[in-house]
Amino acid sequence: MPKTLAEKVYDAHVVRSTAGEPDLLYIDLHLVHEVTSPQAFDGLRAAGRTVRRPDLTMATEDHNVPTLDVLSPIADPVSRAQVDALRRNAAEFGIRLAPMGDRDQGIVHVIGPQLGLTQPGTTIVCGDSHTSTHGAFGALAFGIGTSEVEHVLATQTLPQYRARQMSVTVDGELPEGVSAKDVILAVIAQIGTNGAAGHVIEYRGSAIEALSMEARMTICNMSIEAGARAGLIAPDETTVEFLRGRPHAPQGADWDAAVAHWRTLRTDEGAVFDTEVVLDAASLTPFVTWGTNPGQGLPISGSVPDPASLADEGERRAVEQALAYMGLTPGTPLREIEVDTVFLGSCTNGRIEDLRTAAALLRGRRIDAGTRMLVVPGSVGVKLQAEAEGLDRVFTEAGAEWRGAGCSMCLGMNPDQLQPGERSASTSNRNFQGRQGKGGRTHLVSPSVAAATALTGKLTAPADLADVPAGV
Amino acid sequence: MQPFTTHTGTVAPLRRSAVDTDQIIPAEYLKRITRTGFEDGLFVAWRRDEPDFVLNQPQYAGASVLVAGPDFGTGSSREHACWALLDGGFRVVISSRFADIFKNNSTKSGLLTVVLPQAEVEALWDAAEADPATPVTVDLRERRVTHGGRAVPFEVDDYTRWRLLEGLDDVGLTERHLADVEQYEARRPAWLPQVLPAR
Ligand code: SF4
Repeated sequence: MPKTLAEKVYDAHVVRSTAGEPDLLYIDLHLVHEVTSPQAFDGLRAAGRTVRRPDLTMATEDHNVPTLDVLSPIADPVSRAQVDALRRNAAEFGIRLAPMGDRDQGIVHVIGPQLGLTQPGTTIVCGDSHTSTHGAFGALAFGIGTSEVEHVLATQTLPQYRARQMSVTVDGELPEGVSAKDVILAVIAQIGTNGAAGHVIEYRGSAIEALSMEARMTICNMSIEAGARAGLIAPDETTVEFLRGRPHAPQGADWDAAVAHWRTLRTDEGAVFDTEVVLDAASLTPFVTWGTNPGQGLPISGSVPDPASLADEGERRAVEQALAYMGLTPGTPLREIEVDTVFLGSCTNGRIEDLRTAAALLRGRRIDAGTRMLVVPGSVGVKLQAEAEGLDRVFTEAGAEWRGAGCSMCLGMNPDQLQPGERSASTSNRNFQGRQGKGGRTHLVSPSVAAATALTGKLTAPADLADVPAGV
Repeated sequence: MQPFTTHTGTVAPLRRSAVDTDQIIPAEYLKRITRTGFEDGLFVAWRRDEPDFVLNQPQYAGASVLVAGPDFGTGSSREHACWALLDGGFRVVISSRFADIFKNNSTKSGLLTVVLPQAEVEALWDAAEADPATPVTVDLRERRVTHGGRAVPFEVDDYTRWRLLEGLDDVGLTERHLADVEQYEARRPAWLPQVLPAR
């Protein structure tokens, strides 16, 4: 029977399958960070268990790490205790850790691909919902809870049920200034924040094939924002070229064997998807969110919606609650919304290509006097690359702040937080109430919209900048 | 994990849809490295900022069954969301639709998630608002929710039901199949990624 790519990867990892029980799935790579792992290691210790495959397990410090003064101990004692717990656990159980200050440190979903550990056709898990990012390589990658982290540490397997299959096909050419972020925000607005529940999404079509690996990661990253278990894209030459020469990519004859296998990883002709979604790339425009979940978004040319126009009581209440929290008036053009802070970073848009895109718009210009902009590279590797290209100077000369690597203001577990009532344009993935700091208000945007917004102080599309002079 | 067989309690009617895990427990409360004590973060922003929030109303203070709008538990994979609900005195969450990871985590932590049609959710909201003392019984053995003379069936697969009834830990169950895991490992190609040694 013809199979989808996700079904092929799943089937290749079934250790054991018995009627009436979940399948037991083998896990090729387990990524670990400090927030969702301490209770899992405690569980191992309490039961006298070890980590079955330390050689398939990689840990990093990302959520709590400050982005200023990264070589000093963390000032917040609670954050420090959590990071210290990871360091003790990694040492005790023999797990490789990329601590603050290390060349390999960074957001867990940025360092896996960067090191070449994320490979096509593998199964990857992490106690983090954005593990879906790694699906950009044609891996089956999904987020798990702490009990499951413990299970994978102990057994290198997970009990799983088969997911349903969804295809999201984007054909055609993306217009100038429209990016992967706009594509995925449009997808989520169309299917809803839990519209892909129970499904694995495969993104396909000519617009997806034309994307760089960085852009594919942006799309797969936010699959969870549509409620999907995972999102993936078939590997192709772009994938192979990205991995070639990475530290943990296969070498020599192994490389040839791996690439030969990767080339077989495609959905078969005639395979059936349970749900199909189609988007026309040419019709997409820069997208921004106005509400308090990632499905509440619109093209930037739109206006804040009016709850009174909604017939369904539940929907009306949801929009009213969102607008009350966001401090927005129905009918306001989105382009007139003023922001205080711009955040460029996160596992969605903290990679080198995202920084290059934003820097290209900022070069020779100054950001708005009333707006602050934080630029947080997704990893130390990205930071060093950006500095080698001189991007750090472009940002600082434009008036933005150039920081150390980590999750930072994506969720504000470190000191980078919004103040109550403060409004941000953010390249991260979640605009939930309080996500970036108590009472903070978040508009999700692409890197180019973030840069354009920093220049004007209002939500702005890159094309709107034609009349903003570039100083040089 | 604490076994779940049957539970009788009162309802907290949470008339909101798409309640994400950042609302159930915000990130700043995830820094604790123990497995208990998360009740202080449970819905903390709404408890702090909204006087009418259901858990701020004394008549719902003792509720142990949370009944919420569709798409409960979207967002982050934090199992802390389940722990916070348990630590806050809840044994059951009822909604017409849950996010996958939250639902999965609930079955690992002993919090029962029950899917009922939205019409039944509304009926429970109305009943709890008319009389907050209305008892509801959630019986996992019989797969049935009973309130005010109504008995509503719900679905749960046999395997999950058995694990919850027994309070079984998955790791122990998987360890019975270690021979299968070893056989699988022997078949894995040599070129698959390895974290160690570091390169
Ligand atoms: S950058 Fe944000 S979404 Fe990504 S792993 Fe960190 S906290 Fe999670």
